[in-house]
Amino acid sequence: MKITVTVNDTPYTRDVEPRMLLAYFLREELGLTGTHVGCDSSSCGVCVVALDGDRAVKSCTMFAVQADGHEITTVEGLEQGGNLHPLQQGFWDQHGLQCGYCTPGMLMTSYVLLKHQPKPSESEIREAIAGNLCRCTGYQNIVKAVQQAATAGGAS
Amino acid sequence: MTASIGVAMKRKEDPRFIRGRGRYLDDIVLPNMLFLAIVHSPYPHARIKSIDKSKAMALPGVKAVITGEDLDAAKLEWLPTFHGYDKQMVLALGKALYQYQEVAGVVATSRSIAEDGAELVEVEYEPLDPVVNPFQSKEDKIILRDDRENKTNHIYHWEVGDKAKTDAALDSSAIRIKERILSPRCHPAPLEPCGIVADMNKATGRLTVYMTSQAPHVHRTAFSLVTGIPEDKIHVISPDVGGGFGNKVPVYPGYVVATVASVIIGVPVKWVETRTENLTTTGFARDYHMDVELGATKEGGVTALKVSTTADHGAFDAAADPRKYPAGMFGIVTGSYDFPTAFAEVDAYFTNKAPGGIAYRCSFRVTEASFAIERGMDILARKLALDPAELRRRNFVKKDQFPYPSPLGFVYDSGDYEATLRKALDKIGYDALRKEQAEKRKKGELMGIGLSTFTEIVGAGPGKHFDILGIKMFDSAEIRIHPTGSGIVRAGTRHQGQGHETTWAQIVGEELGLDPQELLVEEGDTDTAPYGLGTYASRSTPVAGAALAMAARRIREKAKKIAAHLLEISEADVEWKDYKFNAKGVPGKSVTMKDVAFAAYTNPPPNTEPGLEATYYYDPPNLTFPNGAYVAVVDVDRETGFVKVRRFLAVDDCGVVINPMIVEGQIHGGLTEGFAMAFMQQIAFDEAGNHLNTNFTEYLVPTALETPHWETDSTVTPSPHHPIGAKGVGESPNVGSPQAFVNAVMDALAPLGITHIDMPLTREKVWRAIKESEAKQ
Repeated sequence: MKITVTVNDTPYTRDVEPRMLLAYFLREELGLTGTHVGCDSSSCGVCVVALDGDRAVKSCTMFAVQADGHEITTVEGLEQGGNLHPLQQGFWDQHGLQCGYCTPGMLMTSYVLLKHQPKPSESEIREAIAGNLCRCTGYQNIVKAVQQAATAGGAS
Repeated sequence: MTASIGVAMKRKEDPRFIRGRGRYLDDIVLPNMLFLAIVHSPYPHARIKSIDKSKAMALPGVKAVITGEDLDAAKLEWLPTFHGYDKQMVLALGKALYQYQEVAGVVATSRSIAEDGAELVEVEYEPLDPVVNPFQSKEDKIILRDDRENKTNHIYHWEVGDKAKTDAALDSSAIRIKERILSPRCHPAPLEPCGIVADMNKATGRLTVYMTSQAPHVHRTAFSLVTGIPEDKIHVISPDVGGGFGNKVPVYPGYVVATVASVIIGVPVKWVETRTENLTTTGFARDYHMDVELGATKEGGVTALKVSTTADHGAFDAAADPRKYPAGMFGIVTGSYDFPTAFAEVDAYFTNKAPGGIAYRCSFRVTEASFAIERGMDILARKLALDPAELRRRNFVKKDQFPYPSPLGFVYDSGDYEATLRKALDKIGYDALRKEQAEKRKKGELMGIGLSTFTEIVGAGPGKHFDILGIKMFDSAEIRIHPTGSGIVRAGTRHQGQGHETTWAQIVGEELGLDPQELLVEEGDTDTAPYGLGTYASRSTPVAGAALAMAARRIREKAKKIAAHLLEISEADVEWKDYKFNAKGVPGKSVTMKDVAFAAYTNPPPNTEPGLEATYYYDPPNLTFPNGAYVAVVDVDRETGFVKVRRFLAVDDCGVVINPMIVEGQIHGGLTEGFAMAFMQQIAFDEAGNHLNTNFTEYLVPTALETPHWETDSTVTPSPHHPIGAKGVGESPNVGSPQAFVNAVMDALAPLGITHIDMPLTREKVWRAIKESEAKQ
């Protein structure tokens, strides 16, 4: 099927198998390997991307064809004009990552959270990222990272 | 220059990860690359009557279907296990020995065609009765391994300590406890699954292997031994690794099948496991059933410890333990205590379960041992009606006893257990919590306080005791300082999130007075890194970290000669102070390491080899013994069995701290995995041998919602034998914390007469225990 998906502000038209998952469309068709795959069952969240700027979706459980005509933001789209997004800065400053595998999904979930709730409480952050597993950090520094980003105006 | 060690430096590896520019295994794409998918056995124990490849081979895009018989014909069917006692089938040959065992591999032009092809492979099985636990295995009614000479499921008996003295001491003790304590089978489940891209280049005869590897050099040697390809013709690259925790130490069948396919077909072949494959076939951990006995005087002086363990090793003995230590470092089971005598034994058995027995975020079998003694001490304290903190204090190894020879054969390097416990109790407000608990108990509320005062044993070697495949467990470092004073640092380790790109630069920066930001750290490429045994068992800082410091000191020795030349004084008049070379007694007359580096290439002293680099292979004289005092405070809901972890404090002594931010991060992560073991994670099987936890909806790992808030603190007793006094920390919180949680819950349930519940303490298990107890009252 021929689809057009706008990813990080660039439209891409591709002919894809209907069964191709959005995660593999991003990774293998577009070479955007920042979006990861970790569980195949929509449990771990390392594949999270933003759909139309305000929904966090698990790209391993969405078909690429379902994204036809939509806008997708991936981790590669966060940095603007050579400036890190406040969330990226927060994760770096607060030691919010270790192996880095969950980080893109965590960033994108947090990105959508801040769109809806610019000043989230700790429990709101923990609830928002509950669909994103991290095996390394114990989440505490991820919470701090999101708080730092919120303070730094990460919602804009 | 200022100090590099002890600084909470932001991580140098992070800029690529936060931009989505890490390069993990599945990100690697090579021209003409094929994909491997694996066919798994649906039965835990079954004879394979036939395998029909024809329908799969007929599918357009399928290039090969590989079975055990194909591998057997190529003499590649058996894979050695790391300690050398056993071997493992690559693909089921004759019989499948566990559910999900690899039976065939399908190689195709895309991931999805390979999966489609795998569904078309027709395997005819004759199901056999399974052996699902080691106690059933012990009966030897069903012998699992036809290939072995000895027709028994018993793998080995291992023991350490004085059995007769220990039995006698237990028999004559005024107080005695005995409890069967299970350290349940669980799985590390890093978020990045295991995978490989094998690339046999027929033109050069060279096999390049990209793989999720915690130990790339060992894997190169293993690949050479298995395939017969000379080691110089094998290049292992471990790219960014998305978490390991022990899961990425062994060699798995998928690696071998992908490599065989690449060698035969001559193009790159990728295999990346699914989460189900990860949880069902690779590297499980624990599965120790431990009978723990302690004897004591009425005053609470422990007289003896005995632990008899029945171990479930699955279908092949692939436990990742050093050759001379089949039960790993289980001898650390005397923990932080000075017992007059002790005895530990382990009997291991085959069952119809996946092989493994890997060290999941712990030095070989230390989590099991630590859990046994710390639970045992709590059970004993209750029997003695003594505060568990007081019982521990009375039996601690004292500060002036170090180096302390334990009754089970280790020599502990350093520690101050009383000071660490005191700090933890003061900080958590122990006395006030006990008062609060007494008040709550009057009202029937269930509040518990749990302690763990553990001692770890990490940093294997020494090489005279520890090896993998016969290779001694040293580690290595190579440092090259460039003319302009920046440099490249390589080590035989391979980080998976531990932050080596930062901390290794800090160690070298400290030793050489150079800016860690200008020291590039590279690991994981066997063509460039010096040979090392890899990153697991908290050995990176104790062994490779030491090698780095020693290599840097070698550079400093040479640099001193160059400095003398530059300062035009004799070497004896040069002094290394304040991160530069100074002329003794002449204030202001000095040269920096940068000056020396430039001179090493442009103006070396006469008769001196140009250049500034060094390599060091470090064989540690002893292990290191990180320790800590942890306190958990829980509230248990009587009606639902829900356990709320109200507070958790970890006071760790990991010796000298290189980067406090990274150490704290390691502790947070390890505590979360300890919490997971205590309350959530278990790989369970039903009576028919079916695997019950095949994905993340069944194998529960903690999310941000249930993970408690962590409080941390530290004490520092430097390791006397480590060049910078560091001990390692990544595994302490995982080893030390499960028993703190369980002790806290058991403390909460004490008024109900409940002594022990095996992990994981799920809401259902706690609720059932409460209700059964209430029914009896």
